[in-house]
Amino acid sequence: MSLKKTLLPLVNPLSKDNPVIVQVLGICSALAVTAKMEPAIVMTISVTAVLAFANVIISLLRNTIPNSIRIIVQLVVVAALVVIVDQVLKAYNYEVSKALSVFIGLIITNCILMGRLEAFALNNRPWPSFLDGIGNGLGYGIILIIVSFFRELFGSGTLFGCQVFPQWWYDAGYMNNGMMILPPMALIVVACIIWVHRIKNKDLQE
Amino acid sequence: MENLNLFIRSIFIDNMIFAYFLGMCSFLAVSKNVKTAFGLGVAVTFVLIVALPITWCINQYILQPGALSWLGEEYASADLSFLGLIMFIAVIAALVQMLEMVIEKYSPSLYNSLGIFLPLIAVNCAILGAVLFMQQREFSNAWTATVYGAGSGIGWLLAITALAAIRERLSYSHVPKPLRGIGITFIITGLMGIAFMSFLGIKL
Repeated sequence: MSLKKTLLPLVNPLSKDNPVIVQVLGICSALAVTAKMEPAIVMTISVTAVLAFANVIISLLRNTIPNSIRIIVQLVVVAALVVIVDQVLKAYNYEVSKALSVFIGLIITNCILMGRLEAFALNNRPWPSFLDGIGNGLGYGIILIIVSFFRELFGSGTLFGCQVFPQWWYDAGYMNNGMMILPPMALIVVACIIWVHRIKNKDLQE
Repeated sequence: MENLNLFIRSIFIDNMIFAYFLGMCSFLAVSKNVKTAFGLGVAVTFVLIVALPITWCINQYILQPGALSWLGEEYASADLSFLGLIMFIAVIAALVQMLEMVIEKYSPSLYNSLGIFLPLIAVNCAILGAVLFMQQREFSNAWTATVYGAGSGIGWLLAITALAAIRERLSYSHVPKPLRGIGITFIITGLMGIAFMSFLGIKL
């Protein structure tokens, strides 16, 4: 029982309290980086790392931060972590770093970070905050990966850059759906995920 | 003329919401009625108009490689561009804090209806996004940056007001139950985004 309770912050955000489709946080980046699977996965890893450590740091500082300047303190902690991630990516995976360009910087303003720091890390001890950070990062990642899977599969006919549909499909008249590459389709794919998710979870319906 | 083109471009063609999908969180959350949505749009526009020239100056005279040469020869080789994100976010956070005080004093009703989303303008991606785009595009002077800020802000204002108006009408229609609320809003935003794509063909 107690183990289950400890793991709650880790498991809840995966589905029932998912940051993207239930809490509606972090939409911007979820839409922008999902045209291909590889950047989506890199983004997931970066956000999870930044979120987990930011949660721990804010949680450790939670009793010393004056309430009136907490937003600035949170932003500075997050910004410092993001700068580190940005430099690491530039050093080891320059191609992906180029593709994500502005959006790595925008992890700072990813609402998931501020939202979780405000809602969880400010009132909880470091260990649960760490788990909450990992859980929300992964919950965000699941949606990113589902969306990018459909968009890359139907938009480019590839997965991780490898051809999936055989050539004779194309010869027989199959065409890639160029619409899927465009950002508006990401919104509609997310809406479909919300639809399916809420059919399964009746208590979330409005 | 160039600035006018940039202004129109940033409202319609490079619209923050429908072309770049920045600032979606508050866009989706505050668009339940037109009045509040309009108030938030004006606040965001204001922050953008003030933030862009300030960050442009910071970028030009402090952060760029060689920008510090006005301090003297020995500083000319300094490259502080890695400090960009922290400086920009600090400027934006300070501006938002000031804006919050002003709105609280002069329009308490708007202050109350915006609630938590007023401080959250600080983390509105549209603002940091515009600042980063400004840095990327290397505008030649502070005035151009201001025009870009004004255009992006008005584009955002237009988008959130339009969505709020649609959502107000939507409450009378019959939507499948699991899609009600946030689901249908996503779909509408997607459709509006597709509609805004038709502006892409316009050459300015």
